[in-house]
This record gives sequence, C-alpha cells and structure tokens, in this order.
Amino acid sequence: MTQPNRLDNGGRIDRSKHLTFEFNGRRYKGFSGDTLASALLANGVDVIGRSFKYSRPRGIVAAGAEEPNAVFQLGATEATQVPNVRATQQELFNGLVSQPTSGWPNLQFDFLGVFGSILGRMLPPGFYYKTFMFPQAAWETYEKYIRKAAGLGRSPRDPDVDTYDHLNQHTDVLIVGAGPAGLSAALSAARSGARVILADEQAEMGGALLDSRETLNGKPASNWVRDALKELSGYDNVLLLPRATVNGYHDHNFLTIHERRTDHLGDRAPANQSRQRLHRVRAKWVILATGAHERPLVYGNNDLPGCMLASAVSTYINRYAVAPGRRLVLMTTNDNAYRAAFDWQDAGREVVAIVDTRAYADGAWQDEANRRGIKLLKGHAVIDAQGKMRVTGAVVAGLNTDGTQLTGKGEVLNCDTLASSGGWSPAVHLSCHTGSRPVWDDDVIGFVPGKTVQKQLTAGAVTGCFSLADCLADGARIGAEAATNAGFNAEPAAAPSVRCRPETRPMALFCVPHYKPNSRAPKQFVDFQTDVTAAGIELATREGFESIEHVKRYTAMGFGTDQGKLGNINGMAVAAKSLNQSIPETGTTIFRPNYTPVTFGAIAGRHCNDLFEPKRYSAMHEWHVEHGALFEEVGQWKRPWYFPKPNESMQQALDRECLATRNSVGILDASTLGKIDIQGKDAREFIGRIYTNAWAKLAVGKCRYGLMCKEDGMVFDDGVTSCLAEDHFLMTTTTGGAAGVLEWLEFYHQTEWPELEVYMNTVTDHWATMTIAGPNARKLLSELTDDIDLDRDNFKFMDWRQGTVAGVPARVFRISFTGELSYEINVQANYGLHVWEKLFEHGAKYDLTPYGTETMHILRAEKGFIIAGQDTDGSVHPYDLGMSWAVKEDKPFSFIGKRGMKREDCVRDNRKQLVGLKTKDPSIVLPEGAQAVDNPNHPKPVPMLGHVTSSYYSANLGRSIAMGVIKNGHKRMGETVHYPLVDGRVVEAEICSTIFLDPKGERQNV
Amino acid sequence: MFYIYCPYCGEHREEEEFHPKGQAHLSRPTDPDACSDEEWGDYLYFRDNPRGLHHEIWVHAIGCRKFFNATRDTQSYEILETYRMGDAPRVTHFTDTQKS
Repeated sequence: MTQPNRLDNGGRIDRSKHLTFEFNGRRYKGFSGDTLASALLANGVDVIGRSFKYSRPRGIVAAGAEEPNAVFQLGATEATQVPNVRATQQELFNGLVSQPTSGWPNLQFDFLGVFGSILGRMLPPGFYYKTFMFPQAAWETYEKYIRKAAGLGRSPRDPDVDTYDHLNQHTDVLIVGAGPAGLSAALSAARSGARVILADEQAEMGGALLDSRETLNGKPASNWVRDALKELSGYDNVLLLPRATVNGYHDHNFLTIHERRTDHLGDRAPANQSRQRLHRVRAKWVILATGAHERPLVYGNNDLPGCMLASAVSTYINRYAVAPGRRLVLMTTNDNAYRAAFDWQDAGREVVAIVDTRAYADGAWQDEANRRGIKLLKGHAVIDAQGKMRVTGAVVAGLNTDGTQLTGKGEVLNCDTLASSGGWSPAVHLSCHTGSRPVWDDDVIGFVPGKTVQKQLTAGAVTGCFSLADCLADGARIGAEAATNAGFNAEPAAAPSVRCRPETRPMALFCVPHYKPNSRAPKQFVDFQTDVTAAGIELATREGFESIEHVKRYTAMGFGTDQGKLGNINGMAVAAKSLNQSIPETGTTIFRPNYTPVTFGAIAGRHCNDLFEPKRYSAMHEWHVEHGALFEEVGQWKRPWYFPKPNESMQQALDRECLATRNSVGILDASTLGKIDIQGKDAREFIGRIYTNAWAKLAVGKCRYGLMCKEDGMVFDDGVTSCLAEDHFLMTTTTGGAAGVLEWLEFYHQTEWPELEVYMNTVTDHWATMTIAGPNARKLLSELTDDIDLDRDNFKFMDWRQGTVAGVPARVFRISFTGELSYEINVQANYGLHVWEKLFEHGAKYDLTPYGTETMHILRAEKGFIIAGQDTDGSVHPYDLGMSWAVKEDKPFSFIGKRGMKREDCVRDNRKQLVGLKTKDPSIVLPEGAQAVDNPNHPKPVPMLGHVTSSYYSANLGRSIAMGVIKNGHKRMGETVHYPLVDGRVVEAEICSTIFLDPKGERQNV
Repeated sequence: MFYIYCPYCGEHREEEEFHPKGQAHLSRPTDPDACSDEEWGDYLYFRDNPRGLHHEIWVHAIGCRKFFNATRDTQSYEILETYRMGDAPRVTHFTDTQKS
C-alpha cells in the first residue's frame, strides 16, 4: 500500500522499520517514528471523525496535545481498550488498532447528518437545557443516542491486564517541557548539582527545535538538542522523563506526572513492565517551560478536513516527512507562520498563496516569499473554505486595516489544504491549576501566567517570548535562578547563537468577518470538539450570558477533553466583541487538572483488587473460612456474618445459631471490637470526663458499660471499660468506631486537659477475643482453666479475672451482649486460634455453635441492647434511648455531653425516642428504615413519627421483633402505629419495651 | 496536596498523614453548666470562616498522633507556620509580601 502524502526524504522517522496499523477497520502502513496522526495523514486519510453536535466530517488539525478532532479509541482486545487518545500524541507501533470515537453509525454516512436540517434547529447553544429536558422521562432515551452519536469513547468491559505504578519523587527543580527554554534551564540547573527532573510529553525531547529549520551555533537545531540531552543524561542528579505529561500542578508544589512507558511498544505492556507511571513530585522549585499553542483563525467552514494549523503543517513535513496535501493556501496574522509555506514549497508541493491579513506586512519574510515566487495577498483573509469532505477551495477577500470589515469582492483559490495562524497562545494551563489568574498582554496577543503563590518560575514561550534566541537565553537564566533559590550556586548556561530574522508585528485578529453577519454566514467554528460556533457564542451573549464562565457553560465551549486548548481565546475574543468590550474585560476561564486525559490505571496505580483497601482479619479467620462462614465488612475488618451448613438458608442458619446459644452455648469471634489501653495516674478522672456515667468507684477487677457523647449531647459510641489497676484501664469501643474514638480521646487530652497524666494506645490487634455465651458457658470454660475461680459468687457478672485458659495467659471478662451467662476470653492474638480450637474440642458435647454478627445482632436486640451507629444516628441522646441510668449528672466535672443534652431542643417534648415494636402479624419483619405514621390515610404529606432502626426474626421468641424511634415513644407504650411500605402494604405494630426477652436479667445471673 | 511541617516530628510530611480538626484556639468553657444555650451553641457550632489567615488544628494522625496548630491562608492555601499546642501564633496578620 502506498502512502501518497509521504515525502521521499527527511523527517525523524526510521524508514527501515515498516509498521502496520488499523484504523476504523482498515489496515494502513507507516514507519517507526510516526505518530498515529502522521501515519494517517501520510496515507491520505482525510476524515477521521464526525463532530459532536452537527456530525460534520472532521480531519486532523494539529500535531500535539491541542488536537481536538483526532481523539480515538485504542485497543486490539477488550481488556486493552483505551478511550480518549489523541492520535497526534500516540506513537505508532506494529499492530496498533484504533477506532474513531465519533461518527456513529459510520464516518461516511451519519445519522445526525441526514436529519441535520431538522435537528439543526434543535441544537442551538444550551440545547441540553432547551430541547431535551422535556418531557423529563424521555431524557434517558435522548441521552443514550446523543452519547452514542457524539462519541465520547467507552471504557473497557474486561479488567485491565497491565500494571501501573505510583512513584513518589522529591526534587530541587522540576522543569516542565523540554523545548528550547526547558533544555536551557535544565543545563543551568543541572550543572549546579541541584536535583533536576525534566519532563516532556513527547517521545523525543526538544520541542519546537525538532521541527525547526533554524540553526544553533551554525548547526541544525537538532544537533544542539542531541548534545544537550547527552550532557544531561550524564548527570546523576538529573532525571529525564520523556513521554511524561505534567498533568496537574497542585498545592505546595506538588505535581503529578503521567509517564507512558510502553504505550509506544504495543497494545499491552511487555511482561514484567508497568505500562504507565504516575510520578507524585514534591519540588522545591518549579519551572514552567510549557511553550505555546498556535491559534487557528475562525472563518466559514473552517472545520473541513484539510484546514490545519500552520505550525502543524511544518511539523508534519519536517518531523514526519508528511505533506498532508498538494496545494496549500496559508492565512496568517504573523510572520512566523510563513515557515509553513516555505516548508511546503521545499517539500515540492505547490503554495497557491499566502494570505496575510496585514496590509502593512513588509519585511524579511515577505521578501523571501517574493523571492520564492509565492503569491502574496496582503490585507486579505480567507472568509470561507469550500468542499464537502475535504477542502477544494478558499474564498479570499480584502480586509480593512482593523480586521472588522471586508473590502471588495471575494475570489476563489483552488487548494486542498488551508493552513491558518492567528498567533500563539502561551500554554498557561499548569499555571492556572495553582489558582493563578492569567493576565492578558496586548503585545503578546494572548494570556500569560499571572502572579503565583507557588515557588514557581516561567521560561520561554509560556511567558509570551516567542523568539528562539530569547527562549534559549530566558531558559538559561531561569534555570540558574531556580537552582539558586533551591540553595545551589548556579550560573546561566551560555546560550547558543541563533540567526535572527526580524519580524513585523502581528495583527490581533481572531474571527475573520464575513459578508453576512455571523449568524447567517457559513458555520465558523471556535471549539471543534464541542461544536461551538462564533454565532453560538454571540447568541449566548444576546441571551444575557455576559460572564465568560456563563458563556462557557451555556455553549459548552472548552468542555471537551481538550479543554478548549485551540478555541478558548478565539471564543473569548468573539464574546468580547459581541459584548463590546476588551478581552481582558471579558476575562478568561480557568484551566483545571488534568492537562490531558489520564488513564484510570495510572490514577489507581497498584491500589486495586487486593490492594484497593487494607483488609483486617482476626487471628481465627482461617478457621471461619474453613467452616463455611460468610463474611461481613465492618470498617476494614472481615467479620463472620453467619455460618451456614450445607443446604441451609440464611434464616435457617440464624435460627439454629440463636437457639443453640440460648439453649446451650454459642461462640463469637469478638476480636474486632476496638480496645484502647489507658494508663496514668489521672486515667480514672479522664475516663470520667469522657463517659456519661460514674467511674470514680469502679474497683480493680470490675467492668462497667459506658456511653460516650459528643459535646452536643448525642451518643456516638459505647462499650465496656474494665479497671485493670488503679491507674490502668482497658476501654472497648465499637468495631467501626475504634480509630475515631482514640483520636477523640487524644484530642481532649492534648487540647483541653494536657494537665492530666494519662497515656493511651490502641491494643485492638494485640488480643484475640472470643465470647462464649449460653447456659453451658461456665461448664465449658471450667474445662479449660484451673486457676480462675468461676464460682457464681466469686466471679460475678461485670467482673474480670486474669488467669490461664487452654494453657495460655488470658483475661476473662464476665460481660454479656446476649443476656446469657457469658465470658469474653482475651488471649494474646498469636494464641487465638489455639484457644478457639481447644474450646471446640471441649465444646462438642455442648453443641458449641459458632455464630456471626447477624446472630449477635438478633440476640442483643432480643435484650434491647443498642448498637451505636445503628440505633443512634448522631441525633439521639441517652434519654432518647431510655438510658438515663447511664448518665450520672452529679459528677463533679461537667463531662462531655452533659451541657449539650440540656439544651432547649434536647429537653423538649415530642423527641424521637427508642422503643420496641411488635408487628400485629408476628411473621412480618419490618424493613429497617421504614417510617411510622399514625394514620396511613392522612392526606399527603403524612406526618412521620420516626423510623425502624433494627428489625429481625427471633427464633427464640417465635416472632419478629424490632426497635425504632417514635416521637414521644416512651409515653406511647401499647399504642399502635402504622408503617406504610414501598410495596403498598401497611404494617401495624404495637409500641412496647425494647426488652423482649428476660426483662429481669435472670439468664445472665446464674 | 499540602506539605505540612509537624512541629513535633520536626519534618515536612505529606497531607495524607494528617487530619484537619477545625478552628484553633477555642477553649471549652470552664463551667459548661453555667453557659446559656446561646453561649453553648456558639461554642458548639459557630466557627470563623475567614478569607485569609486562619489558625487551625491538625493532627499528625498517621505519625506521632500529636495535635498542633497551623496558620494557613485560606485563599492561597499557603501554610505560614505550624506551632505546638499551647503556643501562640507568630503570624497574626499578613505582611505586604504575603498578601495574595
């Protein structure tokens, strides 16, 4: 297959390495060194996508990150799909498979195109808001087809097969961009010994020098690049990162770099190599040498394939040996773009004309154009491109001196390529990320980086300095300044000599006028990716959107994946003109991270699958797995949920576990409960200030339940705390609340009461905790200990003892969350499994039954024990829970929560209070969260009384039980409330005590 | 992401190691029971929300677990100082060069 647009000579491609690739189902050939875009252009592929809104054919416009149209879906397999890849930045590799992301049903025939005349009226700016919102229900249908037709790419349906790494970096100087300024800066900084990271988004460093025909020190610019890189790579203190885009500039000089390590090698990474890296860099000083993007001019039908940036034409010719057409018309507002015409001519192609919008242009560049015999039309502009699927001609007309009106009649120039240049816009994106507002500069005709709070400098074209000699000198100076600021002795590197050709001043022109008003002229595109036209922006301002931020949101200008790199300045200029104000008065929108799209793989790094979040397992976890436990996630812990036997339903398993515990003995792995060791001579005083109840008299060997409130009086955690010694306590917390409670304790100790001598630390993981509960618990435990006196009167309820269980040291707490005779055995975690297995060895004869969190919930609910965070939600104080017994108001110190729960709102009537609920039909289990009402037939809105917080089927009671909050519930015992459910049923329930079983507590006092 | 100097560890560490804990230099009333509802409500809920300098508490949660104070510019996010609990801030107003 031939490559009709490939030049015979030149370029930085390797013609000995032939590559085959696929685009839109067809195979093409290219060379090593090509980008996907240069290869497509070499093959003469004009139409590479359809536009977002109007479905117009689109071609490649640019040669870099600013490309708005050639945004493809890559990937040969489902697992390697990558959306949103700019063909101009994707290096070609053998076997590359790419698809256009727009153009459904296909590129040549399209749905929106056919219905364009009808839909066109439906697609003004703000069309989402105006057209598709009604009827609301239909939006889902619209959206599906709009998205499909618009082509936003798609994510892979199979898991990514590649790995991605995160790297944390610290550096003295981070330089963004390895063009002339960045390279010069790196030389100055590196020579001082400072640690330097030089990152560039391209495969080859050198930036504009790679496609420049300038000479440095009398030699091709690329020679100087090669020498500079050779020197830099010889320094140990320099890290060169090619194919690495600095995508985000965050607070305190933290920058993220997205490095594509193998995307140029194949569809997936070679074995044992990560595909991409995300460098997380903390830099002492940052130099932004990000360069500038050329601005296209806005004119009629400027989106036809064949319309390109002037600099892109030069890049494709000089770097990739591709001339993307035969006959060129160049329109420019500046001298710099003349290069494109000269390169084109030197490539052996015909330059039809240079259309210079400046009547006054008369200098070295114009002389050369004349010398080359190129037709030069000064004071003219292209007002309209002609053609259907590719440019076939350009309509050229005279332009008045300030570019506001046409003079004379238009003439048609036959051509197939129409390059334009409206000057250069500094790439201020990263500077904007830091919150710095860019500043308009009339001389630059563009925005330059504004004042910054970061330790950051700028060098080169990003500052609006566009001459090569200035960029090189500026870079050298700034590189030395950054290194000096970072504490090194640095001198500016000597800049190479450059042949300078004086330039005539450029003209500030953005949108070329037409004979007709913009609203009636052929479409003049400002933002290609989101299909925003000059007329659309004018309409937005006419409709009253005067702030540029509002114009942006209304028209979607700059909302594409390219963030409007090409179009934003032109759009602001159009808006400014329409509002009759200057561009600085109109202001600018702000760019946000990321500069170019980043893969989720790079963002996630290794933090996926097993490494997504830490998992915590108890010492007995393997036993649970072997015995068929299903697990519940509680915080990071994996807790056994229940232990089904073969062919057992969940409810059957729960019934069995509940009955076995109440009738004989059950065992729960309670290791995950938070345990905080508290020591110091003021530990008792401290605990008394934190908990709502009394602690002054708790003797060594005793345990007590406590409620913890916030200062507003609302319950936030609870648990049992044991007195191990006069100055030593062990506090337990809820599983999920452990870390928060410890931080809470530390907060009060460190910020409010530093005078208290108290020390605390988490010991949750140090201990394995197993709770045996049920009438046979004592018998079972007595078989495993001979040094703890288990006599009911010597080891009472709410006592703890130290001793030996199953041959290992243990603390045994006689506390109960089930209402049964119950012991919590705590042993060093390493002994946990041993003791657990010993318990089962001896427990077989008692039918010792393991139970999980669900049975634990049922058993505690039968007793009316609350779970903080389930039966409380931050709006419930101890009195609401009916737990006034846990509040000791006459403690000398005003404990946390005491004042809070006395506030007017906390002591009023009609608060929601926790009560028990019995459904009239004992077989119905209320859904948790169901809302109670007094009269379900009340006209809407029906006054709501409160919701169900806990609800289960209790096998022990042979009926459902529930707890919930009800307004004034404590005074409504015996009354009936109604729960209307989503399925239309209304369930009646009677308000009752929360204690459903053994109200006198006789079962645990045996 | 902030880069925070822990005055106890004596090092700059990444923000991931810290938790913010709100406005600094608030004291729990010495006699809460003597507070009116309004006074207690002020203590509970009302906080400054300045555009500019803000003294705030941070905790080196995944580090030394110490609470400390920071003076931060809420506009530029620049942290002008960190200091130990109980110390007074040295930066209480912007100098001309710090004004953002």
